[in-house]
Amino acid sequence: MSSIIKVTQVKKNFGKQTVLKNVSLTVEPGTIYGLLGANGAGKSTLLKIITGLLKADAGQVNFGEMIMPKAQIEIQRRFSFSGQQSSVDDVLTGFENLTLIAKLRHLAHPQKIAQDLLTRFDLTDAANKAAGSYSGGMVRRLDLAMSLVGDPEIIFLNEPTTGLDPASRNDLWKMIRELKAKGKTIFLTTQYLEEADQLTDQIGFLRDGEIVATGTPTEMKRLAGSAKLQLTFADEATATQAAATLATYRVTAIDPEALAVDLPDGNMSSLTILKQLDDAGMTVVNFGLVAPTLDDVFMKLTKGVD
Amino acid sequence: MKNYLSDTMTLANRLIKHNLRSMDTIITVVAMPVAMLLMFIYILGGSMQLPGVSHGEYVNYILPAILFMTLATGSAYTALRVFMDKSSGMFDRFKSMPIAKSAVLNGQVVSSVLFLMFSTVIVLLISFLTGFRAQANLGQWLLTFILVIGFAIMVTWLSVPFGLAAKSIDSASAFSYLLLLLLFVSSGFSSVEGMPTPVRVFAEHQPMTTMITAVRQLLAGQNPTADFWQSIVWIIGITLVSFFFSKRLYHQI
Ligand SMILES: Nc1ncnc2c1ncn2[C@@H]1O[C@H](COP(=O)(O)OP(=O)(O)OP(=O)(O)O)[C@@H](O)[C@H]1O
Ligand SMILES: [Mg+2]
Repeated sequence: MSSIIKVTQVKKNFGKQTVLKNVSLTVEPGTIYGLLGANGAGKSTLLKIITGLLKADAGQVNFGEMIMPKAQIEIQRRFSFSGQQSSVDDVLTGFENLTLIAKLRHLAHPQKIAQDLLTRFDLTDAANKAAGSYSGGMVRRLDLAMSLVGDPEIIFLNEPTTGLDPASRNDLWKMIRELKAKGKTIFLTTQYLEEADQLTDQIGFLRDGEIVATGTPTEMKRLAGSAKLQLTFADEATATQAAATLATYRVTAIDPEALAVDLPDGNMSSLTILKQLDDAGMTVVNFGLVAPTLDDVFMKLTKGVD
Repeated sequence: MKNYLSDTMTLANRLIKHNLRSMDTIITVVAMPVAMLLMFIYILGGSMQLPGVSHGEYVNYILPAILFMTLATGSAYTALRVFMDKSSGMFDRFKSMPIAKSAVLNGQVVSSVLFLMFSTVIVLLISFLTGFRAQANLGQWLLTFILVIGFAIMVTWLSVPFGLAAKSIDSASAFSYLLLLLLFVSSGFSSVEGMPTPVRVFAEHQPMTTMITAVRQLLAGQNPTADFWQSIVWIIGITLVSFFFSKRLYHQI
């Protein structure tokens, strides 16, 4: 396999608490991997182990041929890591924050690198203001800019859009997509299913210290079950009658006069259902298709029901 | 590892900027020992009767404790900065970078010692204005300097594990009250003779008394005695233990 990151049977306890029981995953180069999990699932802990901030109790982390704790410095040259809270220095200016990272990475021309990134992230006006005075969205942009100093090939982002308003979130999503278009590999954690759906190529669900499900967003949605056809009728009597007519399907009542019909054979089967109702002389007032969301998967998997 | 020194300096430089940009920090650190100095000299000084110490010499008597008080107060800010870097995720970012991991804490220590020494010099200058005079020659001044900078390094390393282990801003700097308490239960401001027996036994043997006596002797123009060498041993010992705990905690966070 040509995976760029390979995590094999990683275990981690904090005292008596087992946070990671047995985690294995692979990330392909040039893709966005999304690690999903509820609060306290161990996303940050796993990310810290992969990036060498914490030692695992057992298991292995490989970056291509290199093994994590052994080749730590060499591996760390290839990636950047951005923590759950934006780790920018509040006292330093945006410009100084960027030159600080450039100097620590021993790059030539730290000032020029900082200027270019400030321009790219639309922060030139605030370049010489203390980062402590930035808005939440600006801090996140600076944080991401700091992660791009030295042009690393792998970018780790721990909950990159938590606490942002929808507009800033969209901005950041756009920037993350641009990074992927440039061939970067991105590993992010998130609690937002929409984010995983919008951005990622591969999702891993972390629960009870294990990756309980993994796949593309589409595959994950399939896990949540089939799409549903929602039907609204003029009154309760018609709805009851319709439910009887559709006895061969799985039908649930959502309102006295509305039904939801499972479509295990795909969306096109709604045509058959509508025709069947029409033939039986029942008028459908309104109908619509409801696709399963990642939220459905999330609810299913985090609650541990199948 | 030729980058090691430059990484440490880059990281120290960042915190030196912090210190320069928050002037109220240095004012807070200097204000307390200066207020104590003035209070002891002008308010309490008259009523303080120390065997063998004339009223005029009282300022010379308390000066070592005043200098150590500056360092103890200042070290609270070191613990605070360490705590802030831990909780803001700055340490995580630095740890994830391809740099020697020890450069991060060492950067904290370098900037802290510079800050503490700067504060101490200010307090020393003010104490000259209030009548402090030393009989020390150049060599004795140099040894005094070694003790003071040693004390600064010691309280800095001591503050690091407290900053790393703290759960809140307040608990991060709380340990400096302990240092201040040790200063008051020592020969810093009054003779230990007047203290109740159990307190006196403690005061006579705790490291603050040893270090204060050593500095007091040097500034009075005496050559180093056993107190000086014992102080050096205390400083190295406490620094090593704190250093060990700092490293351990740093790798766990
Ligand atoms: N250094 C530590 N020492 C002890 N326990 C820890 C430590 N770090 C994390 N934990 C515990 O491990 C569990 C997982 O924490 P982690 O931060 O990895 O979860 P998370 O999935 O990132 O959660 P969130 O979505 O809230 O960020 C939590 O119960 C947490 O309290
Ligand atoms: Mg987390």
